[in-house]
Amino acid sequence: MHELSITQSVVDEVRSRAGERRVHRVRLEVGALTAVVPSSMLFCFDLVTAGTVLEGAALDIDVTPGRAACRSCGVSFDLPDPVLLCACGSADVSVLAGRELKIVSMEVG
Amino acid sequence: MTLEQNVLAKNDAIARDNRAWLRKRDAVALNLMSSPGSGKTTLLERTLTALARSRPAAVIEGDQATSLDAERLRRTGAPVVQVNTGAGCHLDAALVRSALTQLDPKTGSVVFVENVGNLVCPAMFDLGEQRKVVVISVTEGTDKPLKYPYMFAAADLVVVNKLDLLPYVDFDLELCVKHARSVNPDLTLLTLSATTGEGLDTWLNWVAAQ
Repeated sequence: MHELSITQSVVDEVRSRAGERRVHRVRLEVGALTAVVPSSMLFCFDLVTAGTVLEGAALDIDVTPGRAACRSCGVSFDLPDPVLLCACGSADVSVLAGRELKIVSMEVG
Repeated sequence: MTLEQNVLAKNDAIARDNRAWLRKRDAVALNLMSSPGSGKTTLLERTLTALARSRPAAVIEGDQATSLDAERLRRTGAPVVQVNTGAGCHLDAALVRSALTQLDPKTGSVVFVENVGNLVCPAMFDLGEQRKVVVISVTEGTDKPLKYPYMFAAADLVVVNKLDLLPYVDFDLELCVKHARSVNPDLTLLTLSATTGEGLDTWLNWVAAQ
């Protein structure tokens, strides 16, 4: 369950920026091709934020779909899983989106 | 308040420091990952024994508990630091940083990092290694690369171990290679048996080239 240490990294970063202020909401961008399960992060978030300025805060996770471009036929297509295969049969594809793992914003006050 | 901050930025910054620290010593680290029981420790025993004559080597041994593997590897004469992660299922750059300080590897060393046996969690964490090596054994099933695609996508090299057991198990080597390349087209693969020593030279040459 590596989501625990990843969620801890999120909370550490937010706490360092929030200081003493209460945090009400954190928004993340998680690519569909990263090995991170959003529901596991939500579960960990409540554990990790307990007793901090983030306690009770909402965690919003935007999942970015996977996109790839084929170098053989030039087509761009959705990538539902990490298997890098174009409909034309070529495996020579580059991933355009879906590997993001970012803290986008936070609401403090 | 907009942050636009990479979640793993802190780990990745420490990993970059580890890489620079190793470079100053003309040393490299190789991050070995696999499921439990793939033969990583046996492969390391053979590798350390072979390297004893040519290049300084050291090991960071990651396990959830015990120092059994570290004790096994120390018998080869190489310096070994055991890192017990407790409930943690993977090593991270900070754990490796403190292990490197403790290990104090000689100039020109190759530092083998034996990660926690787990085909999921270690894939995401840069430790400051030069290369990621995934070990898979023929007893594990042909479809492993498709079941654990993130790990195989992160690998620079895949070592297929326990080749001596191939006649006794239902494992399609060619198909396994095809599966691995479907998630990582640039993958280098080599096959060996850490027990019999078959194919070990190719692996040692690859290590020497790093």
